[in-house]
Amino acid sequence: MAYEVNGATVEHDEEGYITNLGDWTVELADVIAAAEEIEMDDERWEVVNFLRDYYDEYQIAPAVRVLIKALKKTMGPEKGNNKYMYELFPYGPAKQACKIAGLPKPTGCV
Amino acid sequence: MTVKNFLYVNRKAPYGTIYALESLEVVLIGAAFDQDVSLAFVDDGVFQLTKGQNTDGIGVKNFSPTFRALGDYDVTKLFVEAESLAERGLTPDDLQEVMYEDEDDDWAEKPSIKIISRAEMADVMAGADVVLSF
Repeated sequence: MAYEVNGATVEHDEEGYITNLGDWTVELADVIAAAEEIEMDDERWEVVNFLRDYYDEYQIAPAVRVLIKALKKTMGPEKGNNKYMYELFPYGPAKQACKIAGLPKPTGCV
Repeated sequence: MTVKNFLYVNRKAPYGTIYALESLEVVLIGAAFDQDVSLAFVDDGVFQLTKGQNTDGIGVKNFSPTFRALGDYDVTKLFVEAESLAERGLTPDDLQEVMYEDEDDDWAEKPSIKIISRAEMADVMAGADVVLSF
């Protein structure tokens, strides 16, 4: 199974998480988002970029609780809450935002 | 719900077996359940916290940066046995810095790692409701 980006194919697993984290590009993020029926905008990019930075620093995708706590601290309570996060990513920020960010499925997320 | 006090005991080197990584994953998953979690590092387990790990040559992920995320998961007690360090020619300076922000103290940054003696480690283990050994 694979995504198509600019004529190239990028492998993903049965749930849509890309197999090789190094394959990620901004264009690929848009393609994954489209497959999830999500249109990327500044707010969603803010979350995706945060997840990528977090992974870069700690080598894990954060749990939703941790993600929301961190966003609350950096972006304020209007954005650091469950409701906002599920408005952006209706099927769950961990599942969808991590997938779009090209990260593995978060630890403990079944 | 009664909060139980869980102690994860890490005795093995970070690479070569899956124990160290699995332990850390279980800790991260378990942290979602609002329990009081501590980690102990004894024997070769102390190598898990050494700084400057580089796994390029063995083709596995260097997961040592993940210990620094534990504070986000409210896991703030990492006990390291002094004797185990000394027996391996290590000093506290060989360990990476792991900090957490203390919510009750205006988010002050505090170190999570505590170096304790073998006798103190025995007390930590005796005081735990549940001990999981890796």
